[in-house]
Amino acid sequence: MKATDTSSPDYFHKVVDCQYACPAHTPVPEYIRKIAAGQYADAYMINWKSNVFPGVLGRTCDRPCEPACRRGRVEEEPVAICRLKRVAADNKGDITARLPSIAPRNGKKIACVGAGPASMTVARDLAPLGYEVHVYDGEAKAGGFIRTQIPRFRLPEEVIDEEVGYITALGPVMRLGERVDSLKGLLAKDYDAIFVGCGAPRGRDLDIPGRQEGAGNIHIGIDWLSNVSFGHITRIGKRVIVLGGGNTAMDCCRTARRLGGQDVKVVVRSGFDEMKASPWEKEDAMHEDIPILNFLVPKEFLHKNGKLTGVVFEKVAPKYDDKGRRSLVPTGEPDQHIACDDVLVAVGQENAFPWIERDAGLDFDKWDMPVVSEKTMQSTNPKVFFGGDAAFGPKNIIWAVAHGHEAAVSIEKFLSGLDVEDRPPPDVDIDSQKMGIHEWSYDNNIANDLRYKVPLQDKSIALKSVKTEVELGFDSELGFKEAQRCLNCDVQTVFNAPACIECDACVDICPTDCITFTENGEESDLRQRLKAPALNLSQDIYVSDTLPTGRIMAKDEDVCLHCGLCAERCPTGAWDMQKTIINITHAGSTCRSR
Amino acid sequence: MTYILKPKLHHPELPTNALGLTRRDYEGRISTLCAGCGHDSISAAIVQACFELDIAPHRLAKMSGIGCSSKTPDYFLGQSHGFNSVHGRMPSVLTGANLANRDLIYLGVSGDGDSASIGLGQFAHSIRRGVNMCYIVENNGVYGLTKGQFSATSDKGSKSKRGVENTESGIDLVALALQLGATYVGRSFSGDKAQLVPLIKGALSHHGPAVLDIVSPCVAFNNHAGSTKSFDYVRAHNEAVNRLDVILGRTPITADYEPGTVTEVTQHDGSKLRLRKLDDGYDATDLVGAMHYLQMHHAKGEVVTGLLYVDPDATDLHDRLGTTDVALNRLGTRELSPGAAALAKINAGLR
Repeated sequence: MKATDTSSPDYFHKVVDCQYACPAHTPVPEYIRKIAAGQYADAYMINWKSNVFPGVLGRTCDRPCEPACRRGRVEEEPVAICRLKRVAADNKGDITARLPSIAPRNGKKIACVGAGPASMTVARDLAPLGYEVHVYDGEAKAGGFIRTQIPRFRLPEEVIDEEVGYITALGPVMRLGERVDSLKGLLAKDYDAIFVGCGAPRGRDLDIPGRQEGAGNIHIGIDWLSNVSFGHITRIGKRVIVLGGGNTAMDCCRTARRLGGQDVKVVVRSGFDEMKASPWEKEDAMHEDIPILNFLVPKEFLHKNGKLTGVVFEKVAPKYDDKGRRSLVPTGEPDQHIACDDVLVAVGQENAFPWIERDAGLDFDKWDMPVVSEKTMQSTNPKVFFGGDAAFGPKNIIWAVAHGHEAAVSIEKFLSGLDVEDRPPPDVDIDSQKMGIHEWSYDNNIANDLRYKVPLQDKSIALKSVKTEVELGFDSELGFKEAQRCLNCDVQTVFNAPACIECDACVDICPTDCITFTENGEESDLRQRLKAPALNLSQDIYVSDTLPTGRIMAKDEDVCLHCGLCAERCPTGAWDMQKTIINITHAGSTCRSR
Repeated sequence: MTYILKPKLHHPELPTNALGLTRRDYEGRISTLCAGCGHDSISAAIVQACFELDIAPHRLAKMSGIGCSSKTPDYFLGQSHGFNSVHGRMPSVLTGANLANRDLIYLGVSGDGDSASIGLGQFAHSIRRGVNMCYIVENNGVYGLTKGQFSATSDKGSKSKRGVENTESGIDLVALALQLGATYVGRSFSGDKAQLVPLIKGALSHHGPAVLDIVSPCVAFNNHAGSTKSFDYVRAHNEAVNRLDVILGRTPITADYEPGTVTEVTQHDGSKLRLRKLDDGYDATDLVGAMHYLQMHHAKGEVVTGLLYVDPDATDLHDRLGTTDVALNRLGTRELSPGAAALAKINAGLR
């Protein structure tokens, strides 16, 4: 293998698994250290800069960081990164003085369609730079999906108001209650760029017999949830069936439990393990006495005298062909009949752009979706950019934020006459953490604690109102303990081959057998010859230049605890612990100059 | 000294041995020696050897004297018995312990000061008597704990860190051990675990006095140009005579070697020492040949390593004294106090 080039910003970024996995690349270990130090406002601002809605995301994020967390590979469970974010948000105090100052208007105007997380991110990035950003939304309050779809028991409205408020304070023109119904109309106005962040507003229906007759008690999940959010719906029948296995289905069933549903069931076509809902959302639902029945395909809605009485399901089993593809085949058992009063259909969402004229200068693909660049978020009309669910179908808030940042960079470049395709590299800062012979500026004693559970509101109280928040959040003490579980993966082990005397001290001390001195070879061969075979191919092998004995140092990054013992026990300082702070470049002067 | 605790978390794929223990279960406390000390590598090799031999930690006793080397038993086998004795007196304490409880495995850990200076007499007599033990000398050729004076094993003509030449003859502990009747003698280098771990395994399973002289560079006071115990010097002058594999009784032997390149020695406990020759002319069961070879290469400034001598028919102190077969702590009242008739018989024998 060739010696590893650690000067490439991606090498060390990849080692910080959580940050690498996060669509917005939030510097997770850095803010977790701030939480442990009680510097909540600092921790909050690191988040705010990167993911815009720390309080919202600290309760609702899909947490791509957690499955990636290195702790999950050396112990049972990852660090509760998401809920630690909430600790920062809950305890930060007043941060208004830390918000960016607003530059004088630069004369350029941008329209954002929809006031959801993607559009609000664009507004936050561009409004302080002097752009006149107009945010359109049909609703009376900004927030989009965050406000209409996520039940209040998971996300209180005050949190939304606060974090949307930080953005509106930066001077975007909020054109609420103005629904955009024609892109051509918008293009005809004097906007220099248009950002479409209108979400994926249409819930998929289930067209099976009885759908028309039972219509009065069959509801589309996302529409029903927003009606609950707005207070238009306050009751549901005692027996409720929720069809679908995604996070929307989980929100539906839990909401139903709070609106009078006593016997609420979730029924999914596929297997329990293959459900799209996050494991913790399934857990939360089951905790509220909601059974999840799997391998049942809805066949017919039953009705009597114009009223829904139940649903008939066909029993299926998974069958795999020789290519490993799964199909669901009927088992031949008698159909299952489940009686109910109401059905909530949460079988997916689809994007619909009835308001975009097909001759507005945008190409649409074969699925009737606008063609959007994943890199630049630009459509085939250079003035029009997309983000959030509107861009590539339903994802989640953190993706919407990431899209918003990228689109803001593109818009900034586009309006400055620069090449949109030329993306700015991240800002990387790397610093030794050594302060003395045995002193390091980070806490490198690894806590042995297992993951702490977030305290919950008592179930009997929680189920009484749709507005009672279920999760109470970590308090400062629990937050500190959970923060201490973080392995500080951003404090990198950096090897300087010329200083090494090959004494083996690092090999002997490494608690996770990461380091090997051996003859060089091809990666596949080398991976087998390390002190512990490096079987996780998604993790890199850090390889040094050839040493005096003709060997190389090879370090498997996979389960390194970043405890610093290699550097601590190195007699010559060949190993050093260096902190890499990687910040994705957002819109602003640096994105233009780089 | 290191204040960071060694994390309990370990590699998820860490193998377990026949006892269900991982290598990490054989570790001790974190070392307080200087960073990079060769002794730490030897500790790691001991840990690895005990793990591979499936030794139950409580069936091993680690004994040491005074010095950097003698501190190391704190850094391995944290769940074993231990005795940190007076300077140079480890062999006596070990001999006593062994006589009292012959069922334990005895690991003596000493250094060049502890064994070649103050404890030279003890070193010699424990070997002479044939105590069943694994005696490891962590030999760095320098008094590291008192900041770098020459020790008794420093080679004549080698230089101190300040450039002063050693004018006194060095003691070769391997030559001494061979002369004194050690029945398993090896030399190795802390920087070569592939060689060291099997040598320790062989020594721990050997029945009789096993001596290992392990060159262990002192990074603080004896790892400079002019030293003959530095990483660079030993790497440049290492003359390995063989490579050892220790085959435990239950492991089937499968590897094929060219005829004539492998010698197999079956030890008392049924374990097999398989020696792959690196030097065609070297026979590890030939005592006189070994002594000759050693002197010849020593004269050339080479450090001969490997399993230098093994006597497969070795006996130990218990065999020679005809002591009782079981540990004293397992003897019952009937054996310990056999009654008036037995006493009368003994008294009669003395008249």
